[in-house]
Amino acid sequence: MLTLYARRRLINILSLGISILAMGFGLFWLGWILFTLLFHGLPGLSLQVFTQITPPPGSTGGLINAIAGSLMMTALGTLIGTPIGILAGTYLAEFGQRGWIAPITRFINDVLLSAPSIVIGLFVYEVYVIRTKHFSGWAGAFALAILVIPIVIRTTENMLRLVPNSLREAAAALGAPQWKVITLVTLRAARAGILTGVLLAVARISGETAPLLFTALNNQFWSSNMNQPMANLPVVIFQFAMSPYADWKQLAWAGAMLITFSVLTLNILARVFFRQQSSTH
Amino acid sequence: MQKYFSQVRSMLQNWPDLLFRGITRISAVSVLILLFAIIVSLIVGSLPSIKATGFQFLASPEWDPVTDRFGALVPIVGTLVTASISLLIAVPVSFGIALFLTELSPRWLRRPLGIAIELLAGIPSIIYGMWGLFVFAPLFGEYIEPWMSNHIGNLPIIGPFFSGPPMGIGILTAGIILAIMVIPFIASVMRDVFEVVPAMLKESAYGLGATTWEVTWNVVLPYTKIGVVGGIMLGLGRALGETMAVTFVIGNAHSLTQSLLMPGNSISSALANEFNEAVGELYTSALIELGLILFFITFVVLTFARFLLYKLGKREGKVA
Repeated sequence: MLTLYARRRLINILSLGISILAMGFGLFWLGWILFTLLFHGLPGLSLQVFTQITPPPGSTGGLINAIAGSLMMTALGTLIGTPIGILAGTYLAEFGQRGWIAPITRFINDVLLSAPSIVIGLFVYEVYVIRTKHFSGWAGAFALAILVIPIVIRTTENMLRLVPNSLREAAAALGAPQWKVITLVTLRAARAGILTGVLLAVARISGETAPLLFTALNNQFWSSNMNQPMANLPVVIFQFAMSPYADWKQLAWAGAMLITFSVLTLNILARVFFRQQSSTH
Repeated sequence: MQKYFSQVRSMLQNWPDLLFRGITRISAVSVLILLFAIIVSLIVGSLPSIKATGFQFLASPEWDPVTDRFGALVPIVGTLVTASISLLIAVPVSFGIALFLTELSPRWLRRPLGIAIELLAGIPSIIYGMWGLFVFAPLFGEYIEPWMSNHIGNLPIIGPFFSGPPMGIGILTAGIILAIMVIPFIASVMRDVFEVVPAMLKESAYGLGATTWEVTWNVVLPYTKIGVVGGIMLGLGRALGETMAVTFVIGNAHSLTQSLLMPGNSISSALANEFNEAVGELYTSALIELGLILFFITFVVLTFARFLLYKLGKREGKVA
């Protein structure tokens, strides 16, 4: 029988030990997954991967059409989604004090932020792919843009709220109209933070597979026509990894490594930008 | 008359302001329109299936594209079961991580460890799927699952859940992979809400001689419980809608079994696997109705999560 004091100490040590184990548990998976990617991905990585298109089974090839398609759709998705996101975020932060639009939009946006991405793919299929009667790069870009908007709205609003009100008042006191105050002063003051949001959004969509399955589909050949089905890294990885051919699997691992390390680099870049933003205030 | 003129004049002078405000407002409203459009298009797309099967759709375990008979019971159960398994594992682990990051870790380690956990959230879900299928599932099927069916499989009540052939892939594997994926989401919300606990509260408890665990369990957790539940709901929302990781490892079998070691199906993996190959209006429509059900479930869960987090944020005077 332990004394009360000893029992409390024992419970404390046990629980703190379990907490350290939990931390190790989390890091363990990160380490294991990254190690697996390097282990299987590095042998498959060669110059061919960046110069040749996806091969038929049994012959050599690369991933250049998939890489190009992913870059094009990610870029277009970001270009379409970012302006809408920044403008809507500006409304929420600068004009959102009164009325019912802002609180409801904020709430719906937070829900959309974690809505299942496969449903977004279904939505674009319903409203765009069925109308145009074919899968296309544009459909993929639209699906990705819908994923970009909520992320950019959330970060833009948060970053604009960090801008001190005295800055707005100073500009207004000099006689600047509100649109000039917002575009030339507050948005400019928050731009590093907003860029963080855009980078995080790019990182999120460049690994997304589910919304592209029903929209961009895939393309075995080189295609830069946005109105045609378009090759993209995630779907190629999915198709090649599930195939029985060893050389396809090898390419899938190389692609998986490429995509993961670019996404993680973007994530770290975003954090560096954010740190700069926080240190200027 | 005079007043009217001055109003018109001030409006004309302010037109850039009004225009700017109008543009930003339209962008904000477009989010609402987007949500509305998603719901309407899913409902329209699933109308043929709703007309054909009605509420029977939710309760029937049948899924036969050949005879055009569709029921959503198997994927719905699969989605709910995998998400529950993932929460059972992820919640205690996330709590441990948040506790470590807020109370135990030396200050210089907090930032790098926090970033490492957030990077776990950054890994695309298809990577989890590949890793799960080619690395985790074979090891799991060879070492852990035989042990489970030999030792736990014979126990009363919980036994049947863990008996069956060790295949590696299956509902349990999908749940474990999902757990690894949602840990960073839950852990970072927990860490953020733990950090808003006023230092004075904790210091008072320490001053009375409480241990670190007692402070966490009796002071920090009661103070932040709304936020913690909100974070768990957020993780649940993620787990329910996750597609690619589950598609790789769940086995895609339209069958209802009691054993968690057997392959099953989830809503999102059924969509990912079958949608492009679906022929016939009813088949496509049944899949879209699955998507509608998934959207509805996650919408309810996420609304609840946000509601709780807002409630906590209001008490703190800021959004957590």
